[in-house]
Amino acid sequence: MTWFLSHLDDVGVFLAWHVYLSAVPLVLGLAIALPLGYLARRYRWLYPPLILGTGLLYTIPSLAIFILLPLLLGTQILDPINVLVAMTVYTIALLVRTVADGLAAVPDEVLLSATAMGYKRFSRLLRVELPLAVPVIAAGLRVAAVSNVSIVSVAAIIGVSQLGSLFTDGFARAFLAPIVVGIVACVLLALALDLLILAAGRALTPWLRNRRAS
Amino acid sequence: MISRIFGWLFDPANTGAIVSRTLEHLQYSVVALALAALIAIPAGMYVGHTGRGRFAVVNLAGAARAIPTLGLLYLMVLLLGPRLTGDVAFLLPNLLVLVVLAIPPILSGTYAGIDEVDPAARDAAKGMGLTGREVLLRVEFPCALPLVFSGLRSALLQVVATATIAATAGLGGLGRFLIDGLAVRDFPQMAAGAILVAVLALLCDLVFGLAQRYAVSPGISGRTRRRTRRARRERDADSGASASRTERDRLDAGASAS
Amino acid sequence: MIEFDSVTKEYPDGTVAVGDLSLRAPTGEITVLVGPSGCGKTTSLRMINRMIEPTSGTITIDGEDSGSVDPARLRRGIGYVIQHAGLFPHRTIVQNIMTVPTLLGWDGGKAKARAMELMERVGLDPAFADRYPNQLSGGQQQRVGVARALAADPPVMLMDEPFSAVDPVVREGLQDEFLRLQSEMGKTIVFVTHDIDEAVKLGDRIAVLDVGGRLAQIASPAVLLAEPASDMVADFVGRDRGYRALAFTGGQVRADDEPTVPLGASVEDARAAAGGARWLLVLDEEGRPAGWVEPAKMAAPASADFLNRGGTVARADGSLRQALDAALSSPSGRGVLVSPDGALIGTVPAGRVVEAIEAERVHRTEGGAS
Repeated sequence: MTWFLSHLDDVGVFLAWHVYLSAVPLVLGLAIALPLGYLARRYRWLYPPLILGTGLLYTIPSLAIFILLPLLLGTQILDPINVLVAMTVYTIALLVRTVADGLAAVPDEVLLSATAMGYKRFSRLLRVELPLAVPVIAAGLRVAAVSNVSIVSVAAIIGVSQLGSLFTDGFARAFLAPIVVGIVACVLLALALDLLILAAGRALTPWLRNRRAS
Repeated sequence: MISRIFGWLFDPANTGAIVSRTLEHLQYSVVALALAALIAIPAGMYVGHTGRGRFAVVNLAGAARAIPTLGLLYLMVLLLGPRLTGDVAFLLPNLLVLVVLAIPPILSGTYAGIDEVDPAARDAAKGMGLTGREVLLRVEFPCALPLVFSGLRSALLQVVATATIAATAGLGGLGRFLIDGLAVRDFPQMAAGAILVAVLALLCDLVFGLAQRYAVSPGISGRTRRRTRRARRERDADSGASASRTERDRLDAGASAS
Repeated sequence: MIEFDSVTKEYPDGTVAVGDLSLRAPTGEITVLVGPSGCGKTTSLRMINRMIEPTSGTITIDGEDSGSVDPARLRRGIGYVIQHAGLFPHRTIVQNIMTVPTLLGWDGGKAKARAMELMERVGLDPAFADRYPNQLSGGQQQRVGVARALAADPPVMLMDEPFSAVDPVVREGLQDEFLRLQSEMGKTIVFVTHDIDEAVKLGDRIAVLDVGGRLAQIASPAVLLAEPASDMVADFVGRDRGYRALAFTGGQVRADDEPTVPLGASVEDARAAAGGARWLLVLDEEGRPAGWVEPAKMAAPASADFLNRGGTVARADGSLRQALDAALSSPSGRGVLVSPDGALIGTVPAGRVVEAIEAERVHRTEGGAS
């Protein structure tokens, strides 16, 4: 506790970086996964390669991606961009399937009646399909948010500062306090992002709240 | 740079190290996965069959995901290491963390798989006079296999990835190339190690995918001979909307497949 | 009028879903498409609003080739009701009903007023307006589905088994109300069902389709039941088609006066009124038949609690099917006939109804011969 209080500033800076490195990829990943997921749903032949391809990306261990990305991007290994890109890739890998499955979960009769009432394809997607896919997409986003927070900390090994730096510092000096503080901060951050997405998802789906109101 | 990486990879001087590090990595992963499965599959079957403790199981998977693996590794090594001697001082805490991390996905996959078994199939089994144990082993578990496998697969990926970073806490395996390379700024060695780890992870997943194909009944995986297009179309057009899986099912599957 | 002219739907693998179909659905009438699974009835329906495009042939709506109209615009002018209603779960009831008016760019206030008016017309409590579909029963959801299809007052309605997913009692109520609505609105309706009873009850004309989408027969319900054009049609309309056909046969049957007592009559009064007969009819406060009692077994004044209500009641101006059913189902063997407002007219035994049926048949066939 005393260590935490005397290093409040450091932890604050680490936390800010951690938020940046785990939250920005969520937004970018969602923005990219939405059209990809839609394509996977719309054109059935695209579903297997897209899901398989993004699934393969997800299997690559994070440390390996952090090390290999500079090679592909031409960046320096210490550049936080690498982490940002890697986390975005992971987010996309998780969300493409979620978006496709979320859209697939919209009941056939709802799609049918929307078309029959004269919705054009894009407005049907925007007004009917996406709102109904929100619960599934939000659930996927929560998983992505929580695992992003954990994976970002691994980047401390290659020297990108964030809460994970507390682990490497503490381990190097065989000192428990920073490690415990880091773990607690990571878990709290994950929890905060999780609740934030949960709340946003609830706010976007008022019809699910009233199920028992009658 | 690429040529230097491949130069390193195919340098005969490194072949022996590559082979032995790969085997080490596999050994850690398989041992950890097996121990975790030994604990998590029976536990998941119990929870799924009886419904006892389902709240804990559902939340455990989410909570476990939030714990930063790197922090957990260092914490365990620092806490347990001084109490042990020799190689075991590094090996045991690391292995323990691998097992602990592999349990939640397998547990929640098994539970969700059994929980989602069609109640009609369960009732029919009971109605035919199968005992609770027989229902679990002959009906529920086989039906749950796809999700058990997806739990095992995500646990294995987790273990392979975590074993890599455990190299920084003194574990062997392919992670050593990354960490040792980092220490001496030998980038070709790091990159080669990263490629090896990625390939190993992909291969492990592939092997499990194939195992799943053989273990899961075609009646469940849907890999039966295709219905004729005509039959499908008639079903689609003339018997109304086909029932799609509920959103909740998708949520569970989505969450446990990660 | 909707007109199919040699419409064929063939899929790339050679399957013919609809084969050279020509038929007309007259303006202001209900045309029912009926047939076994795989007969292409739903495919035919969906070709009208171009949810499925025909391979060849044309479909015209009031003289306009539907293939020449932008599909979205075409669909906004055609009401569409399906089996599970297909309500948008994320929108309130009133928002669901306002869908097409909103797409058509109506002013919000006008669209809402129209939606509220329609809720009332289809028999929905306006208190439901701000609820979500999952808070309504299946029957209520289906009413919303009908209201939603009517929202922009389209001249044409397509209905695809709209009442098959609700339980039989609710279904009957929905059918009756649907007929009442149609009598007020006179829409041109194409209605798909697999249920021949529903077809007979609702259809002005019934088109029976055979597997492969070939038209087997198109006729009024009475003709379809009396003169099926082929074995397939005869098989499909079923064994008791002779009895069903009676639903379209009106005819006069003479009613006998029936002794009655009011509810609350004493045992003595009941025995006196029955005059030795085993069963006695009891009327309620408004003179409507309430049920039958056995005066010999009465121990207390006639009360609603122990009346035999086994018999159905037929309208004296209704079909002979109802009259026969009333007689067959009555514990006394005497069928109860009532006026349109439900007041007792008299009773009739089954034998006399059968005589009337016979007389009607002779009259019809001789009339047909002359």
